[in-house]
Amino acid sequence: MKKILELKNIHKSFPGVLALQGVDFTLNEGEIHALMGENGAGKSTLIKVLTGVYTKDEGEIILDGKSVSIKSPQDAQRDGISTVYQEITLCPNLSVAENMYIGRNENILQNWKQMNEGADKILKSLDIPAKATQQLANCSIAVQQMVAIARAVDMDCKVLILDEPTSSLDELEVEKLFKLMRELKARGVGIIFVTHFLDQVYEVCDKITVLRDGKLVGEFEIADLPRVQLVSKMLGKELDDLSDIKGDTEGSNIDKDDEPLFETYELSSDQGIKPFDFYIRKGEVNGFTGLLGSGRSECVRAIFGADKVISGSVRKNGKEIRINKPLDAMKNGIAYLPEDRKIDGIIGDLSVRDNIILALQVMKGFFKPFTKAEANKFADEYIKLLSIKTASADTPIKSLSGGNQQKCIIARWLLTHPEYLILDEPTRGIDVGTKVDIQKLILKLASEGMSITFISSETDEMLRTCSRLVVLRDRKVVGELTGNELNQNQIMNTIAGGEENAEK
Amino acid sequence: MKKKILSAVLSVAMIAALLSGCGSKADTAASAPAAAEPAAAADTSADAAADTAEEPAAEPAAASGELIKVGIINNDPNESGYRTANDADLQKTFTKENGYEASFAYSLKNDEQIAAAQKFVQDGVDYLLLSAADTAGWDSVLKDAQAAGIRVILFDRTIDADPSLYEASIVSDMDKEGETAVNWLASQNLDEYNVIHIQGVMGSAAQKGRSGALDAKVAAEANWNIVTQQTAEWNADNAQQIVQSVIDAGTPFNVIYAENDDMAKGAVAALDKANISHGVGKDVIVMGFDCNKWALEELLNQNWNYDGQCNPFQSSYIDDIIKKLESGQTIDNKTIIMDEKGFDATTITQEDVDNYGI
Amino acid sequence: MQKSKLQLSTLFRKQIFIPLAALLLLALFNLIADPSFFKITLGQNAAGDPVLSGYLITILDYGSELAILAVGMTLVTAASGGQDISVGAGIAITGSVILRMLCGSNSRPETLQMPIICAFLIAVVAGMLAGAFNGVLVSWFKIQPMVATLILFTAGRSIAAWINNNELPIISEPSFGYFGNFIPGIPIPTPFFIAVAVMIVTALLLKFTNLGLYVQAVGINAQSSRLNGLNPTFIKFLTFVLLGICVAVAGLIKVSRLSTINYSVVAKDIEMDAILAVALGGNSLGGGKFNMWASIIGAYVIQFLTTTLYKFKVDSSALPAYKAVVVILLVVFSAPTVREFISAKYKLLTSKNEKEVA
Repeated sequence: MKKILELKNIHKSFPGVLALQGVDFTLNEGEIHALMGENGAGKSTLIKVLTGVYTKDEGEIILDGKSVSIKSPQDAQRDGISTVYQEITLCPNLSVAENMYIGRNENILQNWKQMNEGADKILKSLDIPAKATQQLANCSIAVQQMVAIARAVDMDCKVLILDEPTSSLDELEVEKLFKLMRELKARGVGIIFVTHFLDQVYEVCDKITVLRDGKLVGEFEIADLPRVQLVSKMLGKELDDLSDIKGDTEGSNIDKDDEPLFETYELSSDQGIKPFDFYIRKGEVNGFTGLLGSGRSECVRAIFGADKVISGSVRKNGKEIRINKPLDAMKNGIAYLPEDRKIDGIIGDLSVRDNIILALQVMKGFFKPFTKAEANKFADEYIKLLSIKTASADTPIKSLSGGNQQKCIIARWLLTHPEYLILDEPTRGIDVGTKVDIQKLILKLASEGMSITFISSETDEMLRTCSRLVVLRDRKVVGELTGNELNQNQIMNTIAGGEENAEK
Repeated sequence: MKKKILSAVLSVAMIAALLSGCGSKADTAASAPAAAEPAAAADTSADAAADTAEEPAAEPAAASGELIKVGIINNDPNESGYRTANDADLQKTFTKENGYEASFAYSLKNDEQIAAAQKFVQDGVDYLLLSAADTAGWDSVLKDAQAAGIRVILFDRTIDADPSLYEASIVSDMDKEGETAVNWLASQNLDEYNVIHIQGVMGSAAQKGRSGALDAKVAAEANWNIVTQQTAEWNADNAQQIVQSVIDAGTPFNVIYAENDDMAKGAVAALDKANISHGVGKDVIVMGFDCNKWALEELLNQNWNYDGQCNPFQSSYIDDIIKKLESGQTIDNKTIIMDEKGFDATTITQEDVDNYGI
Repeated sequence: MQKSKLQLSTLFRKQIFIPLAALLLLALFNLIADPSFFKITLGQNAAGDPVLSGYLITILDYGSELAILAVGMTLVTAASGGQDISVGAGIAITGSVILRMLCGSNSRPETLQMPIICAFLIAVVAGMLAGAFNGVLVSWFKIQPMVATLILFTAGRSIAAWINNNELPIISEPSFGYFGNFIPGIPIPTPFFIAVAVMIVTALLLKFTNLGLYVQAVGINAQSSRLNGLNPTFIKFLTFVLLGICVAVAGLIKVSRLSTINYSVVAKDIEMDAILAVALGGNSLGGGKFNMWASIIGAYVIQFLTTTLYKFKVDSSALPAYKAVVVILLVVFSAPTVREFISAKYKLLTSKNEKEVA
């Protein structure tokens, strides 16, 4: 196979940090190559060097056998390197075709008809379910991502970089994306695939390059590298066996006869969920599962008062409590880590310290601010406890990696010493090491008597931690699984619905 | 970074918004009454008819059964005491009892005034009374008015348009006001004149007339100097800062020539702060214009030296002209210049204050 | 990622550096152009009390009302990501309220109708009401701040005139003039002391309440703040009310300076300066993090600029153009490319040390 891209001995440093130290990377024609590593390992930096966002300090980029210098994203595009980012960088208010051609037209005049026809042709050839004249905002996230890819393909790209493209897609959409990737692969495009989802790597990739702490760990054929090994290579240590975690669940200290700590009765919010009943006992870990958009988040948001509750009630220790707004829930000992870390979780420009103390501070009241010393004590305590990697407590949270941001938000809620902790997708978009940390933490907290609801798109994680799963379909609770029912098949069946069950 | 760009764009947008904001401010002021008036007019015309039936012993116009419709375009009455008095005078004269049906539009902006004039032309008023914010740009709308048979009378300010487009123009002669003031100043026979000249909004007729006389005198006489000449845009605050700056610089001066009373007041505040005496027989001569009542009181107390009148009471002149035109007479002299005085602190009386203060 | 970490960790120093550098630049310019700019003399005012005078005192004097407004404007900007352009009109309203309370319906009162402090407190309530009106539009009705405040920007001065029936009362009581000028025996202008008082109150508020944290959290991410139990709607509203209080304080100073105000021109365009002060302080006009002290220094820098321009006899109507230059410089300074260039230089300087640390 022909090498289309070669990076040799890339160095890049920022003040105080050596982000890349002599990294090599090779991409062949018609290859899907996973770039793996924990957050902060240097994946993003490498990609930004490759796409001209950063300029490398040292090293060589060889494209099609020729050494090239890439100084700007325009250079990269010209040389046939295209990138599709996790966040859609297209313009939602333009049409699909406009998005595909924007910024590429050398002529001042635009032939709209030709443009739309061209766009339709590409969309069709890649089997993307979108029309050229459709407004982009009306397409699903997955289709938008595909349009971004189509745009890249149409620019005759030789190297396509997909930076976490799947993190906001559901399984079906991921399937479609993979189909598209394979199609491109067949056309000879080299694809660099950055993701946190191990399953996906093994499903679609040919090779894996692993980075750790800015250094190259190695390049591996997918067949030569079992999962456990991959994870341990990324972490640089042997991973605690996952079954260890499972063991903890068995020894859970829930007394089945206990009265529920919190109960909901016919609760529903203005977000279109059907009224649902739910309970949680002291020290229990349970979860909501279902496809993306099935209403998992909406259920817990209703409990927390994050959405407007339109009917039903919540009881704590059998006594009805009123939750109209998040503060009411907080005062009743409920904590909620929201699904979208960036939009609902972090206060980006504020320091790690302020982010950690925020919720407790709000509960304490407007006229009783913590002293600097108190705030620092809290922050330092939790930075240490959760091993949050940050330069200092003064660092703005937005400059931390995703996993560490998430830990800060967890710290924020742990600081309030909640009786009931709701974690909505705490493991999304963060590195494997932190994922495991979070799961362990959940079990530890539960063993100390905290009730926890854990929601994750990765069913594995939930199976490992939860003792009871509430299954949702179409914004409605359709089942509850405990004990022996807790397995992948049972969940799938419940999500898929009764008819399918009957067939089996 | 994005935020920074955003803020940059915002700040630019902010300036744009401010500018357009200024526009819309006066716009609403002008258009709101203009829009409201016709509706009200429709209402009142019925009432008026009933009124006239009940009170046949009314004014001549009312006797003929028809109210004379006048559209009055003026500057914002909040602009200055002069304008407040001017507007009050007009409001008092053009009433139903006097046989008029008046609509008012106010703006400090020429283009908005022109728009208001067009509105009045469309509404079919009989007379258009106009105090223009700026001298230029009135030709086309006045031609429209003429075509529609609407007679135009200018008051307070003239415009650069063919005299055939209007019936009469009742004005203060700003040049003469300036000359009167400068002549008075010359008659003080100082050895040297070091003048702080605080101007009004540049380009306005009052500023041009009042500045012109002083500029000419300074150019002609060797012992007349301008210490500083800046516009305070009729604003007391700005005038105070301008004078403050001269005082801080330590430049000597003995005359403050402020083109309106507000600015003279601001200037005096700066003098008081620096303990520079002013008024009759003191270090600095203070001159103002417009004859606000409070300003004339300052003269009476000998804190200021001179105040030039700018007669705001044009309505009786206008009323005269309309009556003449209605009775078929012609106006011989199109430009009517009002009587205006200049008051000297040494001769002013309480009577003057009561009669001429606005 | 590491890069931004480093840049941001020095943000505080950098932010306050922007207005300080501007201040230094202006001071340096004046020092070279004319060192007498810095001369301060002790003299007496008209009432025979000792007063300091000089350009620096003028800056302290006039910069103070701007600094007071900048305090409120900073909070509004941080919480709502927009600006209040109605503060000038707000000053007219609160000033008018003070006059009305002190004078009653008599425009030349011999005695005050109530203690000055009562009139001031009522004006504060009026200012808070005006702020609340803006705040409701912005926080509950989610109207862009600049659009929402356009309403009062447009109507405020007319409301001010209406409060006093279009009259311009003048207060003769000398003690009323203390707030905008000098207190007998104290040679430093009172507005400076008022500004210091406002700063102390602000400092206490920021230290002993969570105002700073809440306002910043809401400004950076309102949605997330809500999920942390904050009420972003109320906090935005609160900042507008606080600005209203600042406006009332500035209104008192303005009225006191001349013992009267002219509704249509008082504090004209002061909102521009207040917003510029916030921007000059390095605060993002898009909201979020703020540095109050940088804004306050920014306010004095702007007055420094204004006074410098007056000193060099720049036409005061050209002042906005010079301020526009400052805006352009600010925009350039905060542009990503320029920042990167600077941080690259910075990196060169510091990389050695940091490598050792790392």
